[in-house]
Amino acid sequence: MKKFDLLVTGVGGQGVILASNIIGEVALAAGYDVKKTDTLGMAQRGGSVVSHVRLGRGVYSPLIKAGEVDIMLAFEKLEAARWSHYLHPGAVAVVNNYAQFPLSVNLGDETYPGDDEIVNILKRSTKRIYLIDATSRVEALGNLRTLNVFLLGCASVFLPLKIRVWQDIISQRVPPGVQKLNITAFNRGRKEMRRVYLRQSATEHGAGVVDTEDVRGGSRA
Amino acid sequence: MAEMIKLLSGNEALALGAYHAGVEVAAAYPGTPSTEILESIARFDDIYAEWSTNEKVAMEVALGASYAGVRALVSMKHVGLNVASDPFIAASTTGVGAGMVVVTADDPGMHSSQNEQDSRHYARLAKVPVLEPGDSQEAYELMAHAFDISEKFDTPVLVRLTTRLSHSKSVVKTDRERVVPDRTVGFQRDVAKRVMVPAYARLRHPAVEERLLKLATFAETMPLNQVLWGDRGLGVISSSVAYQYAREVLPRVSFLKLGMVYPLPENLIRYFAVQVDRLVVIEELDPFLEESIRAMGISVMGKEFIPRVGELNPDIIEDGLRRIGLLNEAVAPPGLKITPGLPKRPPLLCPGCPHAGFFFVISRLGKRSRTPKSRGKTAGETGLVITGDIGCYTLGAYPPLNAMDTCACMGASIGQALGMAKAGTSQRVVAVIGDSTFLHSGITPLVDAVYNGGNMTVVILDNGTTAMTGHQHHPGTGVSAQGKEARAVKLEDIVRGVGVDDVRVVSAFNIRDIRNALRSSLDSPGLSVIIVRGPCAVRAPKQARPRVINAEKCNQCQLCLLIGCPAIRREGERIYIDPASCVGDACGLCEQVCPQQAIAPQSGVAVPA
Repeated sequence: MKKFDLLVTGVGGQGVILASNIIGEVALAAGYDVKKTDTLGMAQRGGSVVSHVRLGRGVYSPLIKAGEVDIMLAFEKLEAARWSHYLHPGAVAVVNNYAQFPLSVNLGDETYPGDDEIVNILKRSTKRIYLIDATSRVEALGNLRTLNVFLLGCASVFLPLKIRVWQDIISQRVPPGVQKLNITAFNRGRKEMRRVYLRQSATEHGAGVVDTEDVRGGSRA
Repeated sequence: MAEMIKLLSGNEALALGAYHAGVEVAAAYPGTPSTEILESIARFDDIYAEWSTNEKVAMEVALGASYAGVRALVSMKHVGLNVASDPFIAASTTGVGAGMVVVTADDPGMHSSQNEQDSRHYARLAKVPVLEPGDSQEAYELMAHAFDISEKFDTPVLVRLTTRLSHSKSVVKTDRERVVPDRTVGFQRDVAKRVMVPAYARLRHPAVEERLLKLATFAETMPLNQVLWGDRGLGVISSSVAYQYAREVLPRVSFLKLGMVYPLPENLIRYFAVQVDRLVVIEELDPFLEESIRAMGISVMGKEFIPRVGELNPDIIEDGLRRIGLLNEAVAPPGLKITPGLPKRPPLLCPGCPHAGFFFVISRLGKRSRTPKSRGKTAGETGLVITGDIGCYTLGAYPPLNAMDTCACMGASIGQALGMAKAGTSQRVVAVIGDSTFLHSGITPLVDAVYNGGNMTVVILDNGTTAMTGHQHHPGTGVSAQGKEARAVKLEDIVRGVGVDDVRVVSAFNIRDIRNALRSSLDSPGLSVIIVRGPCAVRAPKQARPRVINAEKCNQCQLCLLIGCPAIRREGERIYIDPASCVGDACGLCEQVCPQQAIAPQSGVAVPA
């Protein structure tokens, strides 16, 4: 049983906590020991949020050590850059290509980093960076609230967990009435991740190799 | 009952453990990170659970239930135990009836708190046993021990969590069912044990001291204190989540893992200490274990390499061990650090927040906020002191609002304001407090201000909920912790009832009314209270017609940005409103603020759900 340390990050209100809860429950159903923990500020909305999810045979610390994250799932670009020092050199970074300006940027007190700067920060940690236009894809699907489940679809490509279990747990955890929409978002997320992955692998040598079985959607769990 | 395997937070697991241990009355006041304990337990409808007005009352409710013969639980955050310390120590003195467990959740790292206290020190002060779980499974199992110890030794038992334990989810296996101890409910009169007049209290003190000695003997063999032998070159004594971090970093050494951290098992510690070459204590915050162990005459290291400030994590422990030469097999990885200079993203008032309008007005009146374009000009005389309190509205202290000058503890705003007014400060003093906080501990200082004649303005920001901790009910909402209809306490009735004559109630979304009420209060001597009322934006149903900025009318004065609304955004010189975030008709503050009348409802466009 391989260990997986995942970092899920974004902005309060984007659905980071629910996403990391779902990862934990899917992994539990697959027989992993699981610990997951969130770090979030005081208020309901708008602050920086980060969840640590640890899967393995036996997990002690709920917090991941810096430099040991296997997969980062970032709902927002600046937050991806903020936590990039947690990634190990072979880690996968799935980053929503979306910027949400902090208030200080709106007020002109601070400057939001450019795309090149963000990618360069991430590149110090890993080469396996996948920028996904998740927010615009999800908007096209008709409900921005499925962003977290769409991104779970992206992350699922890199995890040996059964699709059926993902779909079951997602159906249990999202509000009734939007289950179908969320399953569609999950499947679209998987599809989009595979598309981006294959395009990037074709153009970038040494971009790191994911088990092709995972990429095709197979499962070893 | 079939075995159940679930992913539970420490708070959820602890609540389930208490339920299975037969708790029948539970009381709490919300406080991060402890809130979900009562929320979880309130879902069981075969027990009584309440949100109390504050932690002191919650402690007294639990003590009364315990006296009456049922197992009782009271939970709070660390600073809540400060509020409840009087009845807590009284409970220790009188002893209990049925089992009474007090849960307090510390907040190392101050994720959502005003201080970083180590509540284990209350053990010595109150002379009660303290248990600490290391994960959710242990939190679940420990509750049965806690109630048993409480009854066996006639003492309240303190269970100490931390944010990391409360809010981490881990796997919990349960194979127990709820067992309620069979006993006749009813208060047994026992004046010498329940009425703490000095003559009887003097009899109790030796009983409490004797109890501590018995508990120390019990600690030697109790199953929550465990020796886990590994390499005996190094022995680690640890507890709580610090044990998990230490085990992660030192998977092969020997551990003495303490589940009961007060009183300590001295013989067990000596036995462990002599069998290892070097002994260290790894604990979060204060050297609580370390100092006691050193006082036993045992040579031990701890805070020489583990910081006493902030939350621990495996990286910090690894660094510390490396510094004192106890971790040399692995060379430190080059270790990237967090990239400096990235914009921070602190928590914000939400779009549509009912606190924003008031803060905007007082910030403008007090000349505390300036548009980016007027920066560099000299700051105006503020003319106001704004004492603050604990809640979402504490965020009003941050730019662009800059509208809070103090924040100490629950209910402090009003007493502080009175003190400043009595000190003769030339500025008008305004106390700002939320509805739940006012009910928690704002009423008595308001009575004080009436009684002693304070010249000051008290503003109660009434959003109809305990918002910051996740929208718990309180006496003003008319609904109980278990979702039952309750009698709603009216804030204006309380305020008038204690003798305030000048009371105004204004809508949180009407800038003109807020400004008029505030101006009039600031200009008149004496005590006045303004209740600014509007529902919390997170709970209010989202309403149609988000506001839009007409680019032709907008002259980029940026005044709307000073509301601090996250939906109002800037891209270069263009100011726009994010239609997905704007709450529309439910708010409309920006429309009222704009001097150019450039902001208007977007007609005929529905907001996405």
